[in-house]
Amino acid sequence: MTDQRPLLEVTDLVKHYAVRGGVLRRRVGTVHAVDGVSFSVARGETLGLVGESGCGKSTVARSVLRLVEPSSGAIKLNGTDITGLSKAEMRPHRRSMQIVFQDPFASLNPRMTAGDIVGEPLSVHGLATGRAQQERVAELFAQVGLRPDQMKNYPHQFSGGQRQRICIARALSLGPSLIVCDEPVSALDVSIQAQVINLLIDLQRKNDFSYLFIAHDLAVVAHISHRVAVMYLGRIVEIADKTELFANPRHPYTQALLASVPVADPKAKRLAPMVDGDVPSPINPPSGCAFHTRCRYVMDRCKVERPALVEAGEGHQVACWLNDGTGRPE
Amino acid sequence: MSEARKDDTILEVKNLQTVFFTNSGLFRAVDNVSFSVRRGETLAIVGESGCGKSVTALSVMRLVPDPPGRVVGGTVTLEGTDLLSLEEAEMRQIRGNRISMIFQEPMTSLNPVMRIGDQITEVLRLHQEMTSKEAWTKAVEMLRLVRIPEPDRRAQEYPHQLSGGMRQRAMIAMALACRPALLIADEPTTALDVTIQAQILALIVDLQKRLGTGLILITHDLGVVAQTAQRVIVMYAGKKVEEATVEDLFENPKHPYTRGLMASMPAVISFGAKTDARLNEIPGMVPSLTNLPPGCAFAPRCRLAIDRCRAEYPPLQEVDVNHLAACWRATELVGAP
Repeated sequence: MTDQRPLLEVTDLVKHYAVRGGVLRRRVGTVHAVDGVSFSVARGETLGLVGESGCGKSTVARSVLRLVEPSSGAIKLNGTDITGLSKAEMRPHRRSMQIVFQDPFASLNPRMTAGDIVGEPLSVHGLATGRAQQERVAELFAQVGLRPDQMKNYPHQFSGGQRQRICIARALSLGPSLIVCDEPVSALDVSIQAQVINLLIDLQRKNDFSYLFIAHDLAVVAHISHRVAVMYLGRIVEIADKTELFANPRHPYTQALLASVPVADPKAKRLAPMVDGDVPSPINPPSGCAFHTRCRYVMDRCKVERPALVEAGEGHQVACWLNDGTGRPE
Repeated sequence: MSEARKDDTILEVKNLQTVFFTNSGLFRAVDNVSFSVRRGETLAIVGESGCGKSVTALSVMRLVPDPPGRVVGGTVTLEGTDLLSLEEAEMRQIRGNRISMIFQEPMTSLNPVMRIGDQITEVLRLHQEMTSKEAWTKAVEMLRLVRIPEPDRRAQEYPHQLSGGMRQRAMIAMALACRPALLIADEPTTALDVTIQAQILALIVDLQKRLGTGLILITHDLGVVAQTAQRVIVMYAGKKVEEATVEDLFENPKHPYTRGLMASMPAVISFGAKTDARLNEIPGMVPSLTNLPPGCAFAPRCRLAIDRCRAEYPPLQEVDVNHLAACWRATELVGAP
């Protein structure tokens, strides 16, 4: 981390989707998928993004890669704002950012051999062809723990964990500086999950790239991340250094989230749900703080005014009105 | 096992064998599995995908799709009745009445074009003599029991109008409507968010205590097991490899596979842990059931495997009081970390 400039800088990212209805397909509502999210990722750093389904974490990931067009906001990669770039202008930047998806069954073309899948980005960007490409692919296979002789096999001949390794090899092929991982281990069994997490950590140590790591499993995020951001209904409610966040969560939602994870120790205290009810709909999010409908420390102010994400400690930001906007120490 | 325990046994499964006939050959999805569940007890069945935990549940329910699958051996005794010898019509009298099941994805188990209230009413009227009015009142009462807010209104609604957590509550209401002796929950919270999962697990445990239902909880999540079960079975490649009380299992796991599973789980609170600490992984992958090694199925991935493990399958033996494990080296490991 010699370069002080962050690798990725996201400012006020907003993504709204129109809800259309009636015969004229008129706009009848708006899904506030992402509602003003800002964060940065340093070189060689892993930022974990956690939250429950529908909180907008995947939309953030896809917006960063411009796989969905953000409604507003700025995304700077290596200091260049990539939000307004055309497809052609985008192309050189695509080399430096890659993605690994959740489902390794859906994200590999079943009619291509594993070797061709991993080699395709090299052809697309004109980096290597023929013999040179084969050699590079073999190298990538070895890096992710696959045998080079498996290059001629098709995706169906691999297990789930191995397929995820192919996806990782493909993401690595262009030497990216940022890899977005969208729930990369959620579809895998526990014993295989550990293998893939270890692989991701090892590769980062070797190549010094950054991860934007999205997952709903707090344990996985806690393990792999350096910093963690917690999202709720399209907004970041808390962001801090990993150890700080898990040792000293300040937002009542983060606290509820941590308390809800079942601990693998029969002697630990039994599950006591910290929050009641369901996540409200992002079509009509609650006024003020979006969490106020489920928060047990709710005050009048929370219902009308939206708390901003402010500094509550060193490198620890929280969006909560409690204790003059510093959240609730546990 | 003591005499007192035997008395409240509601389900006794002995040497269950379920096989599937496929193009790539016959495979034993459940191979010689025995266990029992007592009244008010929670038995967790843990294992990774393909280990046979779900097929075990389906075999007990007699819901294994035939073809390609078939229960070829063993007995399943529920409250004194051997379920495997019943006619399908007799089995239908038991399913949903004495034994019910809830699944992972509530949306696929609920009928999308029937109101929630009607779906619960259907179960009640099928098994108990009730007028439709009585059944509807009972259905609303069940929805209240599973803590669905405004149960009168929700009973009139269709599944798509409910959230994921609420649908799973409705499923539980339906499963418990006839006060079954045994409830089987197959990954009941896997599709739910963690805050909702905590709500649903607390609800299941609370209701089970109140109604005295026996519960078989099938899951891959050791955290869920630790927080809900009294006894645990660990399955690997169709076989039961370990069984113990939940305290014994977590304190002193005997089978290397169980130990591996526990070590490979990342823990949430890792004070002072190095950010990039490696997890203990289990090398390799789960073997294909059509091509199992002759000895212990876990041997190719096991750090402790000796020649005997690769040649001979280890029998389940009592390695400690009420603690069974199928490993040649389990007794050597007593007391080891």
